[in-house]
Amino acid sequence: MRGDRKLFDGLSFRVTAGQALAVEGANGAGKTSLLRMIAGFLAPAAGRIVLKSAEGESAEAEERGKSIGWLGHQDGLKPQLTVREQLDFFAHLHGRKADANALERVGLARQAELPCRYLSAGQRRRLALARLLVSERPVWLLDEPFAALDTAGQGLIAQLMARHCGHGGIIIAATHDPLGLGNESLKL
Amino acid sequence: MSPAFLNPFGTLLLRDLKLAARSGGGAALALSFFALVATLVPLGVGADLKLLARVAGGILWVAAVLSALLSLDRLFQGDFEDGSLEVIALSPLALEMTALAKIMAHWLSTGLPLTLLSPVLALLFNLDVAPTVTLFLSLLIGTPAVSAVGAIGASLTLSLKRGGLILPLIILPLLAPAVIFGAGAVRLVLDGMGSGSALGLLAAFSFGAVLLSPFAAAASVRLNLGG
Repeated sequence: MRGDRKLFDGLSFRVTAGQALAVEGANGAGKTSLLRMIAGFLAPAAGRIVLKSAEGESAEAEERGKSIGWLGHQDGLKPQLTVREQLDFFAHLHGRKADANALERVGLARQAELPCRYLSAGQRRRLALARLLVSERPVWLLDEPFAALDTAGQGLIAQLMARHCGHGGIIIAATHDPLGLGNESLKL
Repeated sequence: MSPAFLNPFGTLLLRDLKLAARSGGGAALALSFFALVATLVPLGVGADLKLLARVAGGILWVAAVLSALLSLDRLFQGDFEDGSLEVIALSPLALEMTALAKIMAHWLSTGLPLTLLSPVLALLFNLDVAPTVTLFLSLLIGTPAVSAVGAIGASLTLSLKRGGLILPLIILPLLAPAVIFGAGAVRLVLDGMGSGSALGLLAAFSFGAVLLSPFAAAASVRLNLGG
């Protein structure tokens, strides 16, 4: 629901390990709201969202959240911090040591000591992607992952997504662009 | 230089302290405001040294609360606007602990510096050593409550446009006990009595605020993330 308006109903889908799902639809169709529901920020008016893993089944939003890597509309970066400080923060926040290769993998190794305020929109998006790599969460929820990225950046994210699915991860992405992963799609 | 490997709570606390130091608008602004108010009041009241000493506790406590308010509206706002709060909410750190880390960071970057400056400003009010020490102690005990109660207000006004304007209206009435006990402790010493009871009540209020406010703030942040 958005206010009194019903965004969607009768929605039923399953994404298994190693799969990617593209959530498609017009602006305002509820793509972001669906991702926010899966992440546990929003509660569905009816129905339930279940995450099954080797440890068991969880329908609780907070439990589910512990398996989710989130890339929203905003990149979640602080202009006052350097690229490396920002990535270290994300890694330590998830109880992990910083991955020295993560910046290299997103093509930002040369900008490591640069404050985030000097990054372009595309570079900020790449750093947000590096955050997903260091958090090592099995389920990636991506809201418009290709936004602000140039062709090389789009190729990079496609490569990272393919690698994530290849390692048994799950990707659910709200997007207007094809994911290029031979994925299923859900039209809202 | 990358920081040492920390737990999520320490990581968030350290990051917020770093941001406060680099933003320049937090402690420096609060300290400047505190010093300006404390300088202007004696100029307005005049050279009646006894009167200045009598009003010192109240004036300096109110000035400290208002100074701390200047940076309180950004407690969650910055993270909410740039998407960091969503990432933090999905981290292993519970939102209650997130709120506590932010309260601690605010106190360390604002409340503590205000407390450390207070003995210098007490000179402008002709306060003797004993009431100055009491003022210092009362601020040391009471300013954590300002950050804690402020966190509730900051989380309630998170998704409001110009929420910073509403924030004082929400939290100033809730901080009345801290001002009453804090200023009261100084007045008791000026009257030649012990300040233990007032400081004790202030400590109880502060402890309760720090203990309970993370839960209230976390609940409010959760609601705002859903909206």
